[in-house]
Amino acid sequence: MSMELRASPHLHSGRDVPTIMRHVVYALLPICAFSIWQYGLSAIALITTVTLSCLAAERIANRMSGTVNTLSDWSATITGILLALTLPPAFPLWMGAVAGFAAVWLGKSLFGGLGHNPFNPALVGRAFVQAAFPTAITTWAPAFSPQRFTEFIPSTLTLPFCVPNDISAWVTANMVDGFTGATPLARWKFEQFVYPVEDMITGAAAASTGETSALLLLVCGLYLIARRFMDWRIPVAVVGSAMIMAWGFQMYDPEAFPPMHLALLSGGLMLGALFMATDMATSPVTPMGIWVYGAIIGVVTILIRYFGGLTEGVMYAILFGNAAAPLIDKYLQPKVFGARKK
Amino acid sequence: MSNQRTDIPPADITGSGRLVATLGLVTMICGALIVAVWQWTLPAIAANKKVMLERGVKALVPDAARIVEYDAAADGIHPAQGDPVAGAVRFYATYDGGGKLLAIAAEGGARGYADVVRVLYGYRPGCECIFGIRVVQMKETPGIGDKIITDAAFVANFDKLDVSLATDMKSLANDVKTVKHGSKKFGWEIDAITGATITSKAVGRGINDSVQVLLPRLRPHLEQLEKGASS
Amino acid sequence: MTMGAKQVTNMEQLLEGIWKQNPVFVMTLGMCPTLAVTVSGFNALGMGVATTFVLVCSAGLISLLRNFIPKEVRIATYIVIIATFVTLVDYIIQAVSLALYDALGAFIQLIVVNCIILGRAEAHAAKSPSLPAVLNAFGMGVGFTIGLLALGSVREILGAGKLFGVTLFGADFQPWVVMVLPPGGFFVLGAWLLLFAWWARRKEANHGA
Repeated sequence: MSMELRASPHLHSGRDVPTIMRHVVYALLPICAFSIWQYGLSAIALITTVTLSCLAAERIANRMSGTVNTLSDWSATITGILLALTLPPAFPLWMGAVAGFAAVWLGKSLFGGLGHNPFNPALVGRAFVQAAFPTAITTWAPAFSPQRFTEFIPSTLTLPFCVPNDISAWVTANMVDGFTGATPLARWKFEQFVYPVEDMITGAAAASTGETSALLLLVCGLYLIARRFMDWRIPVAVVGSAMIMAWGFQMYDPEAFPPMHLALLSGGLMLGALFMATDMATSPVTPMGIWVYGAIIGVVTILIRYFGGLTEGVMYAILFGNAAAPLIDKYLQPKVFGARKK
Repeated sequence: MSNQRTDIPPADITGSGRLVATLGLVTMICGALIVAVWQWTLPAIAANKKVMLERGVKALVPDAARIVEYDAAADGIHPAQGDPVAGAVRFYATYDGGGKLLAIAAEGGARGYADVVRVLYGYRPGCECIFGIRVVQMKETPGIGDKIITDAAFVANFDKLDVSLATDMKSLANDVKTVKHGSKKFGWEIDAITGATITSKAVGRGINDSVQVLLPRLRPHLEQLEKGASS
Repeated sequence: MTMGAKQVTNMEQLLEGIWKQNPVFVMTLGMCPTLAVTVSGFNALGMGVATTFVLVCSAGLISLLRNFIPKEVRIATYIVIIATFVTLVDYIIQAVSLALYDALGAFIQLIVVNCIILGRAEAHAAKSPSLPAVLNAFGMGVGFTIGLLALGSVREILGAGKLFGVTLFGADFQPWVVMVLPPGGFFVLGAWLLLFAWWARRKEANHGA
């Protein structure tokens, strides 16, 4: 009889990386469905293109580095879907593909693959195209255009490496009430206009493909939290600290700073807090560290939005939090049980 | 005991006289080289600078037949010689073929997003206004900051920018100011470009800083400049 | 004469910097100008030629004076000589093109602290006769220029759709703005280094087989 002696733990919970990742994909599907209902063909094409380009990039990286095929761990799929959800619905498909390759190669493969990446790959991809194509990434298209299931937004089908097709004529032709071509955050920053709450919950405001409905994002996030695939402390810390900051500024000077609902419901805060800041590879593991990490993201987001040159700050705030994560873990190690204070 | 000490052989030590002599000689050779090349390139550099300046000024005042450089110092205006003295503002008076003063051009600069943004602006004494600008140097983000050149609405700010002096002739009646996009109300305000506010502000500040110093010194001597061409 | 044990031919001296010891891709020296000024092919070429001029002239002069300079003041002497040639290059570029001078900015003056130059002076020119010293410095300069051009051309093509100021594509081309921003320098340099490393490893694997 052969016996194998190993150190504990001996029991496997049955939860491996592909299982967790698969459930994240499930949670993202309703968000995709909602964005497709809003933006029609363009959203389908964008999500598909970005996801496929992420998978292709992963495969090529596997090939070149001679490692095993990692397509089946679902992580490239998640990166692709998340990345697509952060891009504007009218984003040209070829730029979406560039973003996908940048996300997987720059954000993950170069660091040695899943688990070794210091930054959230989807956000690396978005940061890359934000720097590369600053105009395209701030061109917004209205949701619920009448022909959305029969025709593409013109800029979607731009030829590769070409300037996006002009969509202003299309926007005028498909004018939906109240659409202005600027996000709620941009309208606050440049026009001091405060968006009504209901528009930001139902998805009528200009926004990236997957960040229009804060309510739906919250429900899908709650699913993952309920199934314990996600650490609830991170989104609570991010949103909570952003809320306290926004409340504080609003109390300090109601004229100069927007009301709290704008800070919480607009832009990518919900999407970022629930699906990006919670990336296991790039967030701290110590209990105290998680709170600190979330708080850093929330605070930096609000600081960038209120005082920075950009209108939206969630992306850089999370990347900043990712960069700080190893340091946070180092300084907030829990006390070893029984250890004495020196 | 003393003979156990291992003295460093004197031959290995270079005398300090020798060190000084070496450095002195090398420095002299180098100095001579620099002076020779400086003198050799001086005419070419001056010619280059002149061509560059004329190109810039002519872009603002296409009819200019003659460009005369002046320095506006605290004690009046003088024809320019060499580099401007500290505190003086260099400006360029342009005349048409008949010797009539057309406009004044001068340079202003302020820190933008990446580096200093330098603009050449044209000033017309008749309307007490700036009638055009030309960006001389900038390293702003392509696609964002460089809209100060390409954005037609922004460029239109400088078709007739009010820089009239206050009654005491010591400063502008109203400071040139860059305001938030869409909120321009007065002739001395510059409507910023959305998304390129920092660069827009740098242009406004650069012009304001330069005009505030130049115009109070320039106005009293306008007649001298108008005659200047014929002399 | 302190040549190494094995005789190095003049041709090898020249080729060392261009290929085997390429300052940009192999030694990764002089990264400051490499990343900062390579936003266009023209800038890259200007910087490369200017650096080569300083390299060759300083190597030549230092090699001539090598037996005369006491080792106690050698670094000071080298720096004086290098600074002299940098000053000359500064004037000459102004005389040739003010546009290039403005584009390169402070990086012309900063050639003086380019570690390739002092490195060559100390490691090579100070120990070699004039001909090999000059050839080696020239090779290094050419290698550096090639490195800068490799970055500059990629960045200009992607970032502006041009090469040496000539528009390559139609008006529809969408420039990748990030390539002419500082991060673009790191991306392109990283991509080149990756390519060379991958190629070297492949060659090694083929040799082993």
